[in-house]
Amino acid sequence: MSDISSRGYINSDVLVSTDWVAENLSNENIRIVESNEDPLLYPSGHIPGAVQIDWTTDLNDQLIRDYLQKDGFENLLRKNGISENTTVVFYGDKNNWWACYAFWVFQLFGFTNAKIMDGGRLKWVNENRDLTKDVPKYSESDYKAPNRDDDKVRAFRDEVLGHVQTGLPLVDVRSPQEFTGERLHMPDYPNEGALRGGHIPGAVNVPWATAINTEDSTFKTADELKNIYEVEQHLQPEDDIIAYCRIGERSSHTWFVLTYLLGYKNVKNYDGSWTEWGNLVGVPIAK
Amino acid sequence: MQNKYPSKLQNIVDELSFFTDQNDKISLLIDYAEKYKPVPEVIATRPFSDEHKVEYCESEAYVWVKQNNDGTIKLYFAIENPQGVSAKALAAILDEGLSGETSETILGVSTDVVFDLFGQKLSMGKNLGLTGILQLVQREIKKVK
Repeated sequence: MSDISSRGYINSDVLVSTDWVAENLSNENIRIVESNEDPLLYPSGHIPGAVQIDWTTDLNDQLIRDYLQKDGFENLLRKNGISENTTVVFYGDKNNWWACYAFWVFQLFGFTNAKIMDGGRLKWVNENRDLTKDVPKYSESDYKAPNRDDDKVRAFRDEVLGHVQTGLPLVDVRSPQEFTGERLHMPDYPNEGALRGGHIPGAVNVPWATAINTEDSTFKTADELKNIYEVEQHLQPEDDIIAYCRIGERSSHTWFVLTYLLGYKNVKNYDGSWTEWGNLVGVPIAK
Repeated sequence: MQNKYPSKLQNIVDELSFFTDQNDKISLLIDYAEKYKPVPEVIATRPFSDEHKVEYCESEAYVWVKQNNDGTIKLYFAIENPQGVSAKALAAILDEGLSGETSETILGVSTDVVFDLFGQKLSMGKNLGLTGILQLVQREIKKVK
């Protein structure tokens, strides 16, 4: 693994190393946040001092398919002792898949003082660093949240339809089998919550984890990433791009890579993703 | 009231539902995950065959089913992702709760058990992966029957 600053990223300071986190465990201006898919992981042991933010119970509204509003986000940050000046460092399971999702939701509220720990939870564990089952308690902050602003990084279905009709690029970050629709037809397996299998017309398929080094879960270098997205898939930094997956979590990882590591200016995450598009009346799909 | 599941599995479901505090439930599930033992080498060795791999399970779960001399079933699991705590917990629970039962009994277990054990908090992907473990157990049993 190379040093983060030498990998050629446009915004290399958005990533921190496990070493950096280890050196900053007692830094009061930094809050380490673990976000996982598996709800048992954090309580089974986490980075000392880290709090947990759960994507289902903490970040999503429980009755509307939507994210927190201003008040909910404000309460969430307050109770975790995060103020406007706190640097929040996210890490988690699955190559930081859920960490990037939480990072993305934080950007709906313009919380830019946020970073991802390169390599995620697995790298920390594999380096035999300290884990604890102790859940820390921080004194409440007086954080004041702005209104949520979906315009910049979030796409809704009507915008996606317009995007398709204009012939603009999309990135489908699901597996090749989900992209072709093959996975809805396998015997004995539940389908993935969509009536039809396939992809949104005009989308290229780059499975989200392509951006990760399999040996240590760190992000690939800028040159390697450019090769994947620009040389192989012909995307360009100035393109207007929408990323999607099944419910918008894996695609927030790709959104992070394109926006921060490669410096793309206009990437949005379509969180309705295939569970919405695959069931939506009156919209085209491709196989 | 008639049990929804075979008795040993029912006991575990009851034990979990006894707790009202979510944190107590979670620590019991973690205890099970810590009890998980991977498939012994006499049954299977790495690299495991894809035939035994659970689709949709990000925890890289594998399942084997053997019939004992008395016709009952013994279950074996391998959870290759070290971060797959929920999958390890489910593997340990299914082994403790269903090994020693007959094919017919295990085939009759509803995938509802995943919700009854873990609650409704599971993400959709996680739910597919964990129910996939039980479904593969049941498909493998049909093969040895």
